Amino acid sequence: MNSKEAVIRTEGVTKIYDSGEVQVEALKGIDLAIKPGELLAIMGASGSGKSTMLNILGCLDYPSRGDYFLDGIHVNDLDRDQLADIRNRKIGFVFQGFNLLARTSAFENVELPLLYTRNVPNQDINLLTRQALERVGLKDRAHHYPNQLSGGQQQRVAIARALVNQPAIILADEPTGNLDTRTSIEIMATFQELNRQGITIILVTHEHDIADYCRRVIEFRDGLIIRDQEVAQPRDASRDLETGQLQTSGLGERS
Amino acid sequence: MKWKNLIKVAFKSIVKNKMRTLLTMLGIIIGVGAVIVMVAIGKGAEQRIQNQISSMGTNLIMVFPGSSQQRGVHMGSDQGVRLTLDDVEWLKKNSTLLEAISPMVRSDVQVIGGSGNWNSSVYGVSEGYLAIRDWKLSSGDFFTANDIRAQSKICVIGQTLVKNLFANEDPVGQQLRLRNVPFRVIGVLKERGQSAFGQDQDDVIIAPYSTVYYRLSGQPHIHQILARATSLNQMEQAQAEITSIMRESHKLAEGEDADFTVRNQTDIASTAQETTRVLTILLASIASISLLVGGIGIMNIMLVSVTERTHEIGIRMAVGARSRDILVQFLIEAIVLSLSGGLIGVMIGFGATYIVHLATDWNTVIAMENVLLSFGFAGAVGVFFGYYPARKAAALNPIEALRYE
Repeated sequence: MNSKEAVIRTEGVTKIYDSGEVQVEALKGIDLAIKPGELLAIMGASGSGKSTMLNILGCLDYPSRGDYFLDGIHVNDLDRDQLADIRNRKIGFVFQGFNLLARTSAFENVELPLLYTRNVPNQDINLLTRQALERVGLKDRAHHYPNQLSGGQQQRVAIARALVNQPAIILADEPTGNLDTRTSIEIMATFQELNRQGITIILVTHEHDIADYCRRVIEFRDGLIIRDQEVAQPRDASRDLETGQLQTSGLGERS
Repeated sequence: MKWKNLIKVAFKSIVKNKMRTLLTMLGIIIGVGAVIVMVAIGKGAEQRIQNQISSMGTNLIMVFPGSSQQRGVHMGSDQGVRLTLDDVEWLKKNSTLLEAISPMVRSDVQVIGGSGNWNSSVYGVSEGYLAIRDWKLSSGDFFTANDIRAQSKICVIGQTLVKNLFANEDPVGQQLRLRNVPFRVIGVLKERGQSAFGQDQDDVIIAPYSTVYYRLSGQPHIHQILARATSLNQMEQAQAEITSIMRESHKLAEGEDADFTVRNQTDIASTAQETTRVLTILLASIASISLLVGGIGIMNIMLVSVTERTHEIGIRMAVGARSRDILVQFLIEAIVLSLSGGLIGVMIGFGATYIVHLATDWNTVIAMENVLLSFGFAGAVGVFFGYYPARKAAALNPIEALRYE
């Protein structure tokens, strides 16, 4: 598999946290290739290295060793500002805690990445922001503040923010972790719809029921990938919502 | 990130946190307000003292006979050489920087009239004397050039004489006998109080110099020449002009010592002005300290705000803000805060100055350059004290900032 084909490719990525006396190897040489258009779940217990992996994939952190290519760019060579630009243009983040700016309308939250993008005319900022809100079905909530929105709506605002700059990939860190079962499936339906439109989505979760909606599941343990599995028939979130199969999915047992 | 967007982001964040904004600005508001009020009071005092001095006749130039030095030997005044009425005519004809010139003939006299008698001085002067001394009448009239030509036996008296001789009646129209010469009182001078040298300036009788010169003094010279310079700014030039005209009048050769002395009151004025200027500087520096404290207040709250907004900074960095974007955002916030604080401070300063003026009746002067200066200083304080917190915000690690709750 060459780097042109894969949107994400890591070769022997290692991350060592050095706290003076103790060296912790959080990632022990990860080789991973993700093709455009995948919907991939990264699973694993806490401490398995999945968050560290997400930070590196999200260009928030550098690997200690190994190479990371994102969309053909060798990320190791970039400085802080270039990393910021990569995050701005190529990656959309969705977090567990939504991470919206308080006292800031949905519209203003969504336009935020565009404000940090060089050379975007103001009318485009407006247009792109409205389009992104429309894609997550929140066109009529544009001027609501986060505290006037439900958890699911807040997460959809966050997804719109991740989408607004038309990134190559969306990285979602436990995107359903703070949501109830029905809303979680709604969010997964949104992700599946976006994925059908061709966006690569990588989501970190420790819930199998959420991973069931993904087409590929990777499991981390102790800094290594112990499972990398294609799912032949992922669940369809919008059909689950229609048929009301929420209880049978077992999401209610989640603590 | 475009400047326009940066400013937009900074403004939004200021508007979103009104309480924090107000607290941050408070120090600057008080600082700028205090500077304006203090300087206004100081300047007001300066102006008031200047007015007082000029009302005593700052434009006044006096010519005395005799020089302090003659051929290296100290002679003192009134030695030998005299001032004459010819000198006065010569000055009148040739001067360009003087708006009024008067000779002065002084004579100490026993005054009889009204309810008793009094020992006073009679000053023989010309009709321009009141203008020269910047003096006004409280009642009656002053004499004219015609009275001088006619050697009229009329006079104007000061308040001390009114008190001692005409306690219960209007002195205007009454008779006074000065060394047995009857004079008619035609006017009363306004009260003037003590002079800078402790003299009672109200213990005077003013009469036409011709009358005093020919009827009372019996001496062939005059005691002083008084003149008023056209402008306070041209005192030096006016003095130099008088000196050169007088040298001509006395036919002094080049290099020969002058046989007269020219003096003015600007020295007194400048001393007093110096004093009030020191007062103004003192007040301004005290107020500036509060402006500085205001700046430290901005830094304080900005630092707290960086900590409080760590998570927000993390979000901004995650979606692509560069360090510089964060730095500039916080810096703009600090500048906008201090400038708006400065603006409010200016308004409050104006208001407080007016209230001080109403409450104490002090003279206050708001100088535009001071307003601009303190406003500009407020902006500089914002940049200076905003930089450190802004840099701290910009240096945050995005992962740690995101994790911060």
